[in-house]
Amino acid sequence: MAKKDVFVLQDILLSNAQTAAAIRRELESRKILAVNLLSSPGAGKTTLLEALAERLKGRARMAVIEGDIETERDAERIRARGIPAWQITTGGACHLEAKMIGKVLPDIPTDIDFLFIENVGNLVCPAGYDLGERLRMVLLSAPEGDDKPKKYPLAFVTADVLLLSKSDLRPFLPFDAEKAQAEALALNPKLRVFIISAVSGQGLDDLVDFLFRAREEIASRA
Amino acid sequence: MHELSLVASMFETLLEQARLHKARRITGVRIQVGALAGVVPELLESAFDSYKKGTIADGAVLTIVKPPFTIRCRACGDETVREDFALACPACASTDLEIVHGMELVLEKIEMETDDPLPAP
Repeated sequence: MAKKDVFVLQDILLSNAQTAAAIRRELESRKILAVNLLSSPGAGKTTLLEALAERLKGRARMAVIEGDIETERDAERIRARGIPAWQITTGGACHLEAKMIGKVLPDIPTDIDFLFIENVGNLVCPAGYDLGERLRMVLLSAPEGDDKPKKYPLAFVTADVLLLSKSDLRPFLPFDAEKAQAEALALNPKLRVFIISAVSGQGLDDLVDFLFRAREEIASRA
Repeated sequence: MHELSLVASMFETLLEQARLHKARRITGVRIQVGALAGVVPELLESAFDSYKKGTIADGAVLTIVKPPFTIRCRACGDETVREDFALACPACASTDLEIVHGMELVLEKIEMETDDPLPAP
């Protein structure tokens, strides 16, 4: 019997990263912009998707993958808007993984423009998993407080876009949007920031324009 | 709290390497967990210890190396270890930075016992 040291030096999440890369290639060859939405529970991810469905109507085709621990509720809300939606129930797991997306992928229509993936509401674990998205958007809602970026750094470091949501509630709350924004930008200077409200509609036109531009970039490369 | 899922992913590689090297058992595993990886080392240890039972790595010792959060400035070349996660160069205040260490979730080394004959003394 001999002792042997095997040096691996391999990402622990390598198999997730490989699956995610394959999903990204597949989606982008079909000119689909995939967006991974991250936030704590109740920051307004589903409500934002409902508002985007209204704004994209007649202009672009979208589909939604909903991640939740239990229930079909979010997918039902999206389907009620006439948008195809798939619910992944993780049965306890706190995040989506690339292979869960891979299982749904064959059912997704090939002729859509946008695929939104709403992650499980959790500002910690989902940040560690690439799902094959082109854009990662993190939502931080006014009622949650402006101190969250430094408390949950990985979500903000890995995101491309920060959405400061529920801006319509700001007159009633001590939420300091500039502080939240400055803290997030200190963690990740490349973040694009939008102040939005799905209720009043603030910021949504800008966000939709941004999504169209990002999608055109993919389409021009594909 | 996704440490168990990380351990499950790690065991895919452990079992594959054990097969490849015809290991009789795995005695030690060394991993790197960056300060910004979003993982609690203590929880990873507990998850590893419960997952390994009854596997080829039953009894294996998990060693966790924690690379400190380190950034390098692309403007002035300064490299610093930081306590907080703020991304601005302390030397020149530039925000054009790259994260050198702190994001790691890396399986570094597997120690195993194999059936290979011992090398001649």
